[in-house]
Amino acid sequence: MSLGPAEVAKIAHLARLAILDEDAPAYARNLSAILELVAQMNAVDTAGVAPMAHPLDMAQRLRADAVSEPNQRDPFQAIAPQTEAGLYLVPKVIE
Amino acid sequence: MNSHSAAALHEHTIARLSAGLAAGEFSSEELTRALLARIERFNPPLNAFITVTADAALAQARAADQRRQRGEAGPLTGVPIAHKDIFCTKGVRTSCGSRMLDRFIAPYDATVVEKLAAAGAVMLGKTNMDEFAMGSSNETSFYGPARNPWDLDAVPGGSSGGSAAAVAARLAPGATGTDTGGSIRQPAALCGITGIKPTYGRVSRWGMIAYASSLDQGGPMARTAEDCALLLGAMAGFDPRDSTSVDRPVPDYVASLDRPLDGLKIGLPKEYFGEGLDGEVARVVETALTEYRRLGAETVEISLPNSSLAIPAYYVIAPAECSSNLARFDGVRYGHRCENPKDLLDLYTRSRGEGFGAEVKRRILVGTFALSAGYYDAYYLKAQQIRRLISDDFRRAFQQVDVIMGPTSPTVAFNLGEKADDPITMYLSDIYTIAVNLAGLPGLSLPVGFVGQRPVGLQLIGDYFAEDRLLNVAHRYQQVTDWRQRAPAAFA
Repeated sequence: MSLGPAEVAKIAHLARLAILDEDAPAYARNLSAILELVAQMNAVDTAGVAPMAHPLDMAQRLRADAVSEPNQRDPFQAIAPQTEAGLYLVPKVIE
Repeated sequence: MNSHSAAALHEHTIARLSAGLAAGEFSSEELTRALLARIERFNPPLNAFITVTADAALAQARAADQRRQRGEAGPLTGVPIAHKDIFCTKGVRTSCGSRMLDRFIAPYDATVVEKLAAAGAVMLGKTNMDEFAMGSSNETSFYGPARNPWDLDAVPGGSSGGSAAAVAARLAPGATGTDTGGSIRQPAALCGITGIKPTYGRVSRWGMIAYASSLDQGGPMARTAEDCALLLGAMAGFDPRDSTSVDRPVPDYVASLDRPLDGLKIGLPKEYFGEGLDGEVARVVETALTEYRRLGAETVEISLPNSSLAIPAYYVIAPAECSSNLARFDGVRYGHRCENPKDLLDLYTRSRGEGFGAEVKRRILVGTFALSAGYYDAYYLKAQQIRRLISDDFRRAFQQVDVIMGPTSPTVAFNLGEKADDPITMYLSDIYTIAVNLAGLPGLSLPVGFVGQRPVGLQLIGDYFAEDRLLNVAHRYQQVTDWRQRAPAAFA
């Protein structure tokens, strides 16, 4: 599978990742090379093989729905780019 | 200080330092000062540390000395170590080698950091690494590459390159690392030290910045298997805060180190000794295997037929999980935010575009593509099926043998810049280590010789939760050889 700069732009949008136009051809080249490497998987017939999601085939443990963490709003907001009155600030989303 | 000059303390292993501290030969404060002085002197050429926490280290050292006076010391109390900058450290910058987190001060400690601190270990600082642990040479770090103490023109390996360089150069007797596709074992091999990636779930991932969650595992890096046993004993264990942490008792890794190797059955996968392996590396590995036969072990050829599929499957699974994990870096709650965003989309895309380096972007893009509508079955599902085949290969092998051995890396350390422009060539550096992560097995690398001035690592792969056996097998070899004692001349 080979990707061009236009496809890279589309994937970059899905990933919410700004890619400079001048860098798109290099990303397209690298991504195509990686997908070519990955395509080696197709040489193997995996029909009927159960996909392995967990190395130990263990089920995810569940915990009781109980409060386990204290409120740390202040230390968490101290490292935020922009806050005001305990809220995270972002550009206006509703006109 | 009695018979020990401050200059010699850095030469000691953790086991020796632990004995010296217990005997009152030197204090943790003296030891910590000696290592901080070495870091000040030697870190500039090596770039092994991103952050040095000198004041906090001395405070922890004094606290450790007081704890010892109260009779409450354990084997690691007062022993200085370094943490890979992927582990969150409360009040200390945790950058993950990325511009994205250049100003991120972690609000809490990772479980691994907390456990080692509780054991009384002293943190010297945070070590350099490939950005978000994505790399095999430490060259993707926002802070510039760490260098290999054996040859400053060579890479230290990656992603835990700073930890490996710091331990090899005797700036720290031990350090933490993480391993998603070889990131503990490959730098350990390239820098001539010992490192172990435990079974998936053995060490808590809580507070360890996520790259590929079904593969990531933390572990220790030190000069000897004995030191790794001491560190792993403190790091391992069940953690309710990590949903994939395994609830299983932690054995005494030190107690089983001396077990004889008579009758040990070593499997040599023919796929690990074929095309692509450097001839000189093969020769050094063969010499090490001869030593193991002399120790009473028996070697048999085995086959892991799906080995060649490990890298292709990994470069679907790891990017897919990374694209999902790194979606959290949105410029809103923490991390890098671009200047003057014009709207929310601009804030997201530009903050991420500026905050991440090229290799991280490549993997996010590959993962996003592989998970996008219409491609799931062809990529992620297929890779997960191959993962099962690879895991089954190992299961079959362990019905026949006790441990598997082979080279950790197909070559010795390569030069800086040599592979930086070609991601695929770089990925092949992890050809013998990646399958171990896909299967979730424990793997260890130990130094077994040199090609020229550059070290060669032997990889040991064990069955699930056989960390004790791997450490034992490495330790016995280290008792009859002296590779572990070699120090790079410039940092002796």
